[in-house]
Amino acid sequence: MKHCTFSFTTALGAAALLVLAHMPQARADSAEDLVAKGRYVAEASDCSACHTIKGGRPFAGRMEFKLPIGSIYSSNISPDPAHGIGAYSEAEFARAVREGVRRDGASLYPAMPFPSYARMSDSDIHALYVYFMKGVQPVAQAAPANGIPWPMSMRWPMMFWRAVFAPSVASAQKDVNRTFPTPAIARGAYLVEGPGHCGACHSPRGIALQEKALSASTGTVFLSGGAPIDGFVPTSLRQDQRSGLAAWSEDDIVAFLSTGRNQKGEAFGGMTDAVYHGTQHLSPEDLRAMAQYLRSLQPNSPNAPAWHYDSAAAAALQHGDASARGAKVYVDHCAACHRTDGHGYAPAFPPLAGNPVVMSDQPDSLVHIVQSGATLPGMSKAPSAFVMPSYSQMLSAQQIADVVTFIRGAWGNNASPVDAATVTSLQKSAPPRVLEEKPVPLN
Amino acid sequence: MTTKKTDAIVIGAGWAGSILAKELTEAGLSVTILERGEDRATAVEGDYPTSIDELRGAIRHRLFQNLSQSTVTIRNTIDQTAVPYRRLAAFLPGEGVGGAGLHWSGVHFRVAPDDLALRTNVVARYGKSFIPEGMNLQDYDVTYEELEPFFDKAEKVFGTSGEPYTIKGKVAGTGNPFAPDRSDAFPLPAMRDVYSASLFKKAAANVGYHPYSLPAANASAQYTNPYGVQMGPCNFCGYCSGYDCYMYSKASPNVNILPALRQDPKFTLITKAHVLKVDLDSDGKKATGVTYLDLRTNQQVQLQADLVIISAFQFHNVHLMLLSGIGEPYDPVKNTGTIGRNFVYQTITTSRAWLPSKQYTNLFVGAGGAGVAIDDFNSMNFDHGPLGFVGGSPVWVNQAGVKPIAAAIGGPGGKAPTWGEGYKDAMVETYRHSLTIDAHGSNMAYRDIYLDLDPTYKNAYGQPLLRMTFTWKDNDIRMNQYVVSKIEPIMKEMGATRYALGQLHANDVFDTRRYQTTHLGGGAVMGADPKTSAINRYLQSWDVSNVFVIGASAFPQGMGYNPTGMVAALAYWAAYHIRTTYLKNPGPMVQA
Repeated sequence: MKHCTFSFTTALGAAALLVLAHMPQARADSAEDLVAKGRYVAEASDCSACHTIKGGRPFAGRMEFKLPIGSIYSSNISPDPAHGIGAYSEAEFARAVREGVRRDGASLYPAMPFPSYARMSDSDIHALYVYFMKGVQPVAQAAPANGIPWPMSMRWPMMFWRAVFAPSVASAQKDVNRTFPTPAIARGAYLVEGPGHCGACHSPRGIALQEKALSASTGTVFLSGGAPIDGFVPTSLRQDQRSGLAAWSEDDIVAFLSTGRNQKGEAFGGMTDAVYHGTQHLSPEDLRAMAQYLRSLQPNSPNAPAWHYDSAAAAALQHGDASARGAKVYVDHCAACHRTDGHGYAPAFPPLAGNPVVMSDQPDSLVHIVQSGATLPGMSKAPSAFVMPSYSQMLSAQQIADVVTFIRGAWGNNASPVDAATVTSLQKSAPPRVLEEKPVPLN
Repeated sequence: MTTKKTDAIVIGAGWAGSILAKELTEAGLSVTILERGEDRATAVEGDYPTSIDELRGAIRHRLFQNLSQSTVTIRNTIDQTAVPYRRLAAFLPGEGVGGAGLHWSGVHFRVAPDDLALRTNVVARYGKSFIPEGMNLQDYDVTYEELEPFFDKAEKVFGTSGEPYTIKGKVAGTGNPFAPDRSDAFPLPAMRDVYSASLFKKAAANVGYHPYSLPAANASAQYTNPYGVQMGPCNFCGYCSGYDCYMYSKASPNVNILPALRQDPKFTLITKAHVLKVDLDSDGKKATGVTYLDLRTNQQVQLQADLVIISAFQFHNVHLMLLSGIGEPYDPVKNTGTIGRNFVYQTITTSRAWLPSKQYTNLFVGAGGAGVAIDDFNSMNFDHGPLGFVGGSPVWVNQAGVKPIAAAIGGPGGKAPTWGEGYKDAMVETYRHSLTIDAHGSNMAYRDIYLDLDPTYKNAYGQPLLRMTFTWKDNDIRMNQYVVSKIEPIMKEMGATRYALGQLHANDVFDTRRYQTTHLGGGAVMGADPKTSAINRYLQSWDVSNVFVIGASAFPQGMGYNPTGMVAALAYWAAYHIRTTYLKNPGPMVQA
């Protein structure tokens, strides 16, 4: 199952015609350069995270999105004329990517982040089109039929959703061209708000599941943290204390996006796919631009106190006092890697002290990682995979609640306790246990 | 039979094979590793806490060779009939990806430079007549200076923790004063000394020896190696030898090399591929590839290649050469041939000291590669003249973590009762308050100690088993006794309430039922003379020039040090010369 962001309804924007008028005609780039550029844009846009399944042919789709109303599947976007997008003209391709309109005029589900892709430049769209047509092998494989029953299966109401919530390409492009302090921050904003579609997970959503903000130009809501996806809670990417990236340096962000790990934490859940398929392939300059942009985002909760390390929990454990709730479970199951002082051994074993994932108001991510374990796959610049074991077979809901409470309370984390009932209810949304999810990393 | 083609075949996915495969893919070759066992992942083998299940691990041999398919036969002397080794004990070959490099302890030495030219050094210091009749004392034909860059490289890949003595000729630390000069520091600082090791360090210094912290491929801190792979730090849990380290802190091919290698599209790993033989051309001078049995389908596959690297466990290398007809089998009667000649092992005996009841050694704590040693009685570091033997032993406290079952099987030691309340009291005292000191020494090569094909027993695939003819010899027994006698003053200085010295005794024979070390060596040794060595100084077969044989099988003598550091350095050394010389002009790199 893949993260999904979706709702029904929308109205067709007349803006499509305007976009067509802007489509580039001739370019100096050689076809080979364009394919390479297009591949890079595809990586920056994280296309394969949803359109290539593990062990499947590239861009053949078939990834399942389980929704309360039934399952939908990502489409085949290889250049096969019958099953993929081989018959799309560039204008049709641009309309699908930026406006969410299929070649036959039907609306795409907004699991496809076209409200963000609307910001993509004509030049990037052109390269992306050339790449998909010339740099990707066609796969003659139909996507499974979507499993949403009528009447929810009707796509036409989504026209209204698009009309209300998706920006027109013109307005999106205008926002892209707003004033930035530096060219690097402008580039970072383009990548994060546009192709990177970070807000699809990391921004809060409204009543119709629309992202409440699509760029940083409209206040501090954008990237201020999202609703749980596959059980995991996306943190704020703004300069929020405790819940955001206030404690991360520019180098920390660059390291995280290129390797999925840094001195402050490790990727898990959907973010591992985002790094694996996407950000690890980006140039150091682009990653630095993204980091500088993220570092420029003012906190959404400006009055939150900063995290400060408190050595009391570590001192107690190091003197043999494991009387605190959950402390004994922590020593027996967690401390070998994450240490009694909570600092871990980054980047191999992430710190728990001061970690926004741990301190979140919602304990979901932490509970799920303890229950199911977590896998960080090897990346090209950091080939080592690390696997945290799953404890759901060994620890009771009470013990997990206890240890999570200990972790959330110790080392200055000062986050609220968790009870066994919460852990039990979270078992329903638990991701697969690490060794059950194939392939298991091989180091 | 299916036929396929690759540039280079590497047999075995242990340290030697993984190093060669990494180096050869870096050189641009397509490389296929054939591994008899399963793939092995820390996520599975190191899944905590099932990974530290002692019964499944060290006792039931989770990561070791499955002897029901193939084993060796063993006899002590040439006039006996050898019988199959049916139950692992004395030595523990690995199986599966990582090989013995996955279940090793992690003691990571370089080499005592004098050991590389032991014959030359013994003759120079004590005269030719000092060498006992029947001892095949030989030089490696490679110097420490030549190998130094490759020791350095291996330590950086392994993330080795240690304290240097000299770097580029200048004293740079408090490490082993007998250790050879280094071009660089260890990549990580030495592991901390556990209590027993710190007592040994103090006492050994007080009695005039030169103690140092062992170099260990157990990471003393978080580490990223030159291939970009990452290790966690050791927490002294004690589950090293026999286990896959769940902390990613014991170096293994799986953790330190294969994550990078697996990303290379030129690299292929085929598991459950049991190599039956190296295929030779019609005149037997060139290998054309190998034939292996796909253990999943039971079909034979012929894999063709320009280069074949034999890099399995020591005796499997020798076995495969004999089965393939590479080189002339050794005949101890005629004293001809080289394949199987100079088969060696190591001597090891363990002595125990009991401390007063207020001093807790807590034997459950430990790390496989860590401890404190002295080299005063190793190699050529002392005068053998009046002693009349060749060789020596480092002496150490290497508290590697004694697990509950092993402790119970080992018993309380000394003169304790073997049952009842007295036994229980003694067990508690031993586990809490004792420590052990090993003499881990050399074993020389002898004319009538060797490997050949067994005339009777066959493996599951119909091939003759390898036969070991091995026992202890007077030279090595006396060496062990001498070195153990030097432990006694340390015991007294430590304030032991009592102690029991473990040593070899005159006329002792090799007993396969007891774990000693798993450090087998020789049988396809390197050297300058094709009459007494199977491979040249670049580990290239004298007889089939596109076959290289990498591993402890190249050691002409069993040295006092643990072998893995030397194996890794030789692997990088051979790979360097394959890359820089052989690939440009394939053929013999040394003229016979």
